[in-house]
Amino acid sequence: MIALIDYGAGNLTSVRKALDAIGAKVWTPSVAGELGRAHGVIVPGVGHFDSTSGLTAEWRTAIKTMVDDGIPLLGICVGLQWLFEGSEEAPAVEGLGAFEGVCFNLGTSRPQDLRTSRPLKVPHVGWNSITFPRQTRLMAGVAEGSQVYFTHSYAAPITADTAASCEYGVTFSAAVERDNISAVQFHPEKSGDTGLRILNNWLSAVDRSLPRRSSTNSARAKAGE
Amino acid sequence: MLSKRIIACLDVRDGKVVKGINFEGLRDAGDPAALARRYNVEGIDEIVILDVTATLESRQARANTIAAVAHEIFLPLAVGGGIRTEADAAAAIEAGADKVSLNTAALQDPNLITTLAKRYGSQAVIVAIDAKSVRLTTSAKATVVKKPDTTGAVEYAVYARSGQAGTNRDAVEWAREATDRGAGEILLTSIDRDGTKSGFDCEMTAAVSDAVNIPVIASGGAGTFEHFADVFGPGHADAALAASIFHFNEKSVSELKQFLAKRQIPVRL
Repeated sequence: MIALIDYGAGNLTSVRKALDAIGAKVWTPSVAGELGRAHGVIVPGVGHFDSTSGLTAEWRTAIKTMVDDGIPLLGICVGLQWLFEGSEEAPAVEGLGAFEGVCFNLGTSRPQDLRTSRPLKVPHVGWNSITFPRQTRLMAGVAEGSQVYFTHSYAAPITADTAASCEYGVTFSAAVERDNISAVQFHPEKSGDTGLRILNNWLSAVDRSLPRRSSTNSARAKAGE
Repeated sequence: MLSKRIIACLDVRDGKVVKGINFEGLRDAGDPAALARRYNVEGIDEIVILDVTATLESRQARANTIAAVAHEIFLPLAVGGGIRTEADAAAAIEAGADKVSLNTAALQDPNLITTLAKRYGSQAVIVAIDAKSVRLTTSAKATVVKKPDTTGAVEYAVYARSGQAGTNRDAVEWAREATDRGAGEILLTSIDRDGTKSGFDCEMTAAVSDAVNIPVIASGGAGTFEHFADVFGPGHADAALAASIFHFNEKSVSELKQFLAKRQIPVRL
């Protein structure tokens, strides 16, 4: 079962529909305490970074516990930004800090179109191509230069954990991955076959982590935990 | 590089795709889900459902159409027509729309833009502007300018209610206000060009696109591939929307994109 966390930031219909299409069993936990039975956790999100304050201390602890237990986590859009230390968009709101760096406004660098030299609009809305600095599970089988659908004004910096980069005036992390934590800035649920492929890659990681974890769980049960 | 988006518009009435010329004389173009499926295969970047019935009773019918189309595609899906209230928007979004497009309702109550942007995020709110290029004369009598006239003051008059009602608003000013109120995109339709296949109103599109920092989708007048190259070039459009050119198999989306790519216009192939 995949836990799709609804913290009040926008609409989850599209994400749920895409996960249904690739055969994932999804539910939306109503309290943080329910998270423990998830085999994978998705933190979605659209809109303002401030909305992630809906992920209260209780949720943060529950999500952190899952991550520490090796449960695969996928952040989408603002969900990716939340996995960093924070965002210039809402400096008072702390991110989870799973990835190093602070998300920045794409408009700060006054980006220009390389072809026409006209100023680029911020938000960055539409289909843009992604490139891969290294091989990751998340991007397995996705062709270099594939296009995916973005809609955002803030972006995460390039780090050692960058799994895909995108250029829009500046180069930013379109996807990050380290161990069992993955995240994408674009919307895989809106990115056609490429997006479904990426979601499917993440789902495979969830499947692969299942046997190991159930044995861990049973070992714990035996130990009386 | 960010691609210029090609968007197919499904004008839907009573669950069927229709398309008229200058908003009148609708003819049947088929099943919305079947068309969406075809466009998806051809490589469309986004789909807009415009419900031209748009009566109160049609909310459920509209939800059914949205759900049927959303089932076919994993692409951005916008819905407009008859989105009058927050509840209408919520129903469309719950049915599977990623964005709602506000037109007359936003003109009547601009606060609706802000309300929806706060609830769903700006990326979910398109403000659709139907406008005519108009020349103001000394007698203040508006006359339609058939060709762009760079010598005189040209104003872009905004109309509500599917082009039926004047508003005393200028498209550039209204686009700016809509942006300030939280709109995420502008869908700009030239009433004069709509359905005529005589080309987009590039002058009006550029004026609006240059005035705002959010994407502008040009609409109305697509007839040839060259028209798309024009609106992405001198028209400064971020996306272009068309209906009849695609519906009746006159042109395929993939051929259009190949053409634009050869012209060095960035598209998703």
